[in-house]
Amino acid sequence: MAILVEAERLKKTFGPILAVADISLKVAKGEVLGFLGPNGAGKSTTMKMLTGFLDPDGGSARICGISVADRPKEAKAKIGYLPEGAPAYGDMTTRSFLNFIAEIRGFDGGRKSARVDAAIARTGLEDVANQRIETLSKGFKRRVGLAQAILHDPAVLIMDEPTDGLDPNQKHHVRGLITEMAKDKAIIVSTHILEEVEAVCTRAVVIDRGRIVADGTAEDLQRRMPYHNAVAIRVTAADADRVAGALAALAGVAKVERAPAMNGHIQVRALPKPGKTIAAEVGALLRDQSIFVEEMLVERGKLDDVFREITTSGEGSRHA
Amino acid sequence: MRNVWIITKRELGAYFGTPLAYVFVVIFVALTGAFAFFIGNFFERGQADLQPFFAYHPWLYLLLVPAIAMRLWAEERKSGTIELLMTLPISTGEAIVGKFLAAWLFIGIALVLTFPMWITVNVLGNPDNGVILASYIGSFLMAGAFLAIGSCMSALTKNQVIAFIVAATLCFLMVMSGLELVLGFFRGWAPAFIVQAIASMSFLNHFELISRGVITLPTLLFYVSIITFFLFANAIVVDQRKAA
Repeated sequence: MAILVEAERLKKTFGPILAVADISLKVAKGEVLGFLGPNGAGKSTTMKMLTGFLDPDGGSARICGISVADRPKEAKAKIGYLPEGAPAYGDMTTRSFLNFIAEIRGFDGGRKSARVDAAIARTGLEDVANQRIETLSKGFKRRVGLAQAILHDPAVLIMDEPTDGLDPNQKHHVRGLITEMAKDKAIIVSTHILEEVEAVCTRAVVIDRGRIVADGTAEDLQRRMPYHNAVAIRVTAADADRVAGALAALAGVAKVERAPAMNGHIQVRALPKPGKTIAAEVGALLRDQSIFVEEMLVERGKLDDVFREITTSGEGSRHA
Repeated sequence: MRNVWIITKRELGAYFGTPLAYVFVVIFVALTGAFAFFIGNFFERGQADLQPFFAYHPWLYLLLVPAIAMRLWAEERKSGTIELLMTLPISTGEAIVGKFLAAWLFIGIALVLTFPMWITVNVLGNPDNGVILASYIGSFLMAGAFLAIGSCMSALTKNQVIAFIVAATLCFLMVMSGLELVLGFFRGWAPAFIVQAIASMSFLNHFELISRGVITLPTLLFYVSIITFFLFANAIVVDQRKAA
């Protein structure tokens, strides 16, 4: 697989603030990389260095093998970039703005209008093509930014929170667009919406305080959670002790937790030993002992929890 | 060059896309005329020249050019579009020159629209049109110098009002640097050659020469180097302060 984006030990400080401490990553063609992290973790700063907007204090970035620092114009020509907040010239109409971008990207005459029309069609901007950008709703503005980024069909697409502020339909549309384009591009998407990672990303990188703290698929991240593949069952309060005891005796179960009773029912949760799936085992047990179950579900381990755990686990050492 | 022109086109469009352009042109034409007729005693002098018209240009530019220049970079920074602009495949220099040219052309348009003055004076008498042309060129060059200062100051801040005030103040000092107000401050302690150097920076002195019809190489060089210097400074400021 061709590596299209390469960052090596990127570092950036703003005065006394260390925004990016040390970030190295590679994104290959066909990959959609989700950039996760709490606000202020260094996601945007990293993207700004990759796109050549900021010069790193240390390290280097290469786009399609071209050094961003040494040959910025050539590198920038390969990138489509949607900055945070999708800035655009508000006094221009959608079409004239996209015409401007197309010209700067080197398209003329017929090729220019073809590109602009294609970008408008792809992002669903036909109805507002002749409207001034400042009069558009947030969702449309975001789409103008997206249209601007994909206009020249770049090899590398970098988007800072592309779905922020969009309604569910628009989010769905943008995610569809990303998946559709993923095949022949390297895409980096920053987000703090974790469902987005599951929906579009082939890989997720979690950044915290300027460092990469996790790198893997959404599945990999979920696996880090103790609740991954845990089985929760809701039984009547009277059955709870019996069920908990029986579950604890199962071979694959590491631990059993009980929630407080609610409306005469108790939720009992069996946590698997690392790497085990216990759903089948638990199912068989319930059948054998003919326990009446109100509800049963296999927990995936919420990405939110993973996120919280990864990005707050170092809290102690930070203050030390 | 292609990129410079694309940016110039967009910026010019931005001027005319807002009421700013029309307000500026109307006020500029009205004020230059009013100054010439009422304060400059255009009629009473009984001379067929545009001296009273051009004499007030430096003072008008002091107010109006920083107003044109203040949005050039401050607005880009405020709205975040600078991130878009500087990640497009263009160089900082192209962006700066493109923006500067747009604003300069715009002032040029306003200047051309004062042509009724020229017609008036030609109807009333037989002016030396060579001197008038030289004065127009001088006025345009001086506007360019003001503009380069304004553009540089605009890149220093997100706040257009600050950009305006700082640029206007700096331009004021440049205009006044030939006068005692500024020179007196230096005369007490600075060596004579420095006082001389400061005096020679005066926009007013250079402009007076030109508006008498004398375009000399030093004057041309003066304006061109002021423009070049501040646009270079502008590039450094833009590169340094993109993130702030």
